[in-house]
Amino acid sequence: MSIVARNITKTFGAYTALADVSLEVPTGKLVALLGPSGSGKTTLLRIIAGLEFADSGSGRIDFHGQDVTDTPAGKRGVGFVFQHYALFRHMTVAENIAFGLTVRPRKERPAKEKIDARVKELLKLIQLEELGGRYPAQLSGGQRQRVALARALAVDPKVLLLDEPFGALDARVRKELRRWLRHFQREIGVTTIFVTHDQEEALELADEVVVMNNAKIEQLGTPQQVYDQPASPFVIEFLGNVNRFAALGHPLPGAGGDVLYVRPHDVDIQRDYKGEHGIRVRVEHVFSAGNYGRVALVRTDNHETIDAEISRARLAELGLRAGEEASVVFRHIRLFPKEGKFTERDVVTEDAAPTLTDPGRGI
Amino acid sequence: MAAIVSRLERRSSAPRANADSPLLKWSLLAVASAFLVFFLVLPLAAVFAEAFRRGVEAYFEAFKDPDTAASIRLTLIVAASVVPLNLLFGVAAAWAIAKYEFKGKALLTTFIDLPFAVSPVIAGLVYVLIFSAHGWIPPETQQFLLKPFAVLFGWLAAMPAFGWLDPLAYWFEEPKIIFHTTGIVLATIFVTFPFVARELIPLMQAQGNDEEYAAVTLGASGWQTFRRVTLPNVKWGLFYGVILCNARAMGEFGAVAVVSGKIRGETTTMPLHIEILYNEYLFVAAFAVASLLALLALVTLVLKSVIEWAHSRRHA
Repeated sequence: MSIVARNITKTFGAYTALADVSLEVPTGKLVALLGPSGSGKTTLLRIIAGLEFADSGSGRIDFHGQDVTDTPAGKRGVGFVFQHYALFRHMTVAENIAFGLTVRPRKERPAKEKIDARVKELLKLIQLEELGGRYPAQLSGGQRQRVALARALAVDPKVLLLDEPFGALDARVRKELRRWLRHFQREIGVTTIFVTHDQEEALELADEVVVMNNAKIEQLGTPQQVYDQPASPFVIEFLGNVNRFAALGHPLPGAGGDVLYVRPHDVDIQRDYKGEHGIRVRVEHVFSAGNYGRVALVRTDNHETIDAEISRARLAELGLRAGEEASVVFRHIRLFPKEGKFTERDVVTEDAAPTLTDPGRGI
Repeated sequence: MAAIVSRLERRSSAPRANADSPLLKWSLLAVASAFLVFFLVLPLAAVFAEAFRRGVEAYFEAFKDPDTAASIRLTLIVAASVVPLNLLFGVAAAWAIAKYEFKGKALLTTFIDLPFAVSPVIAGLVYVLIFSAHGWIPPETQQFLLKPFAVLFGWLAAMPAFGWLDPLAYWFEEPKIIFHTTGIVLATIFVTFPFVARELIPLMQAQGNDEEYAAVTLGASGWQTFRRVTLPNVKWGLFYGVILCNARAMGEFGAVAVVSGKIRGETTTMPLHIEILYNEYLFVAAFAVASLLALLALVTLVLKSVIEWAHSRRHA
């Protein structure tokens, strides 16, 4: 384990930012801390970096088996990249990158030629060889981000920590830089944690995703695991689009059934209403992009909205238009009880659909 | 054709609400200019006109008076003592307020503004109350606390008259605060301490702490972070604050008048000396010294403009 954080609690006055959180990050992995704002993800990252400290008496942080709980940030050997880059505005790009080496005590400081060589090497790595003499204000957002990364890497950090690394970039640059970072991290193999509130970013980039909510870790797993086997209603709602229905009773064995989720791609639309296995809906809006057709539907009985995602071919076959009537069936349903431990159930539609349509029999 | 032209004209003037009233614009401009001429340009011109009324020779003759020379020297000593101290205080206060969270922050910020709100005369009176021979602080404690300063100022003030005398001689003299350079410096510190801090606080707050945090994670010590990251980022604001502080330190009248006792040739700074000369009907001499102060104000303004220009050019 490269980074181990144990039982971290952090409060700001009456507000709890982290409640007894523990986390282990294997060496060389790229890990995402994913959660909405206020979930404690940035606080956890800053505590790992040593920019903040956990409440006294709580918690312990190890880097590569070494206790760094009370070590100040500068001695932990972390590379930290700030959300808004925090480049030194009065220094050139080259001076920015060299900073970490030039502030070392005289005895440990490399010779000037060595620092220059290192800066040159890093500029090449971030593909900005020509721009060493520029000031941060003269760079684009993506370029600044890469300079911030090079500056953090110049001191050969044991771990790399990125706070919302793509948050301030526009969509196109973000995508490009995301791909670049992934290659880059693989290449240099440094253990990396990044914070994000963008689930797509976390799922696409990370080896492991840590989903956080309300000062706690909700789930930890590979992107596939957290998407396919969400551990809580929060996780299923936060990762990807999902239809949410309030269930009305307990018709399913073992389920305390209070909340019911259906992913849009698990909704199948049919032209005709097939009696008790379907739900009557009206088509609100149809839009297709790429391989998928997105259809917004409204239940005719209680006006709940249902989002469906079907293949383009299927959409063409159905020939749906806004305002038309249709019916839907669900291929997979997940049920979470409101209280107590959740039980996950994939259910075929034939079991659940009637209970949805008829409150009398009801979920 | 005519219709099209008139429509184009209307469109070009329509989006700016205030553009359709040139009368308003020019009358506002006229009022502002008239104000400036009557209240600033005219008096300034008068100062120089009066100073040179008897010719250039009479003008320079005024500075040969030993009391006048002493007042200029004293003003320079006061400014040279006050500005570095307030620079230190201003940076420390701004750093604390902008970079840390603590209880009583709002109170501290308010206190920094206090000298702007309080009449300088009151400040002077308070210092008299505290530091005079029968003041709140017993003379023995005053001596202990302020002896080094008193020695330094005494030595500086006497230096041109007696040459480089042994500063130790002043150690055995009883240090004085009120009616002495030390008192003038204290009062001037009070009056000028908001300038540097006021200039730095908004600047530092706007810049946030991220660059400092970045420096810290890269292994920089507190001092390295300050010298290589914080200071360069605020240097223009700092210059500006120092210039304003210096201008006020040299020009302060009220607070200094109370604590100095106006001992001619000993505790009269330039503004005090100007008043004395004026009251003795020595108009040329009074305005000659006044012109020197006015010149200082002009130099300050030019420096300020140069700094602002350099600053805006760097960030263009």
